[in-house]
Amino acid sequence: MTNDEIRGFIDNAIQENQVMLFMKGTPHEPACGFSARTAGALNALGVQYAALDILPDPRIREELSGLSGWPTIPQLFVKGELVGGSDIVMEMFESGELAELLGVEQPEEPAEAPQPEPARQRIGLENNLAD
Amino acid sequence: MPTSSELKERIEAALPGSAVAVEDLTGGGDHFRAEVVSDQFAGLSRIQQHKLVYDVFGAEIGGPIHALSIKTSTPGGAQ
Repeated sequence: MTNDEIRGFIDNAIQENQVMLFMKGTPHEPACGFSARTAGALNALGVQYAALDILPDPRIREELSGLSGWPTIPQLFVKGELVGGSDIVMEMFESGELAELLGVEQPEEPAEAPQPEPARQRIGLENNLAD
Repeated sequence: MPTSSELKERIEAALPGSAVAVEDLTGGGDHFRAEVVSDQFAGLSRIQQHKLVYDVFGAEIGGPIHALSIKTSTPGGAQ
């Protein structure tokens, strides 16, 4: 895969998914505390989102940061626009702005909110052994 | 290895008149948290505010500086 193809794939993912999270690891197995908190905020709000693990190839991060102008991971995009990294997402989650942006109700007790199954970006290698 | 005081000085130099506090989160010189108060943030979105701070360090973010957590505000407290 060329760098241009990776960039094209990332660009498509941002345009095609209303809520798109680039993170280290997956929502089920985050590989970094910042990514875990950001995915956790989305889970607590009960929104469907797509997530892409940037770790399998260092070029994913390079191309993503080149495209967004944002140097760190995670990066959350809503309706094709960069919302921010974990600091901004957590600030907006706590203030209720994130719920407003996503058009959902702010949970009264986030810790007890149901944890929905997040939508995952399929790459064709998943198995269904867990089912 | 970058230090908290070095990061603080560089942010203050790039954003004259700002008040900056930098904490080394792990003591290892690679995970930092910066709180920056500057009137240059007035009228900017959070994204734009954080980018101003990230831009001080360019490619060092993700390199020698593994993580830089940022909190920005203006002197009046408004975003």
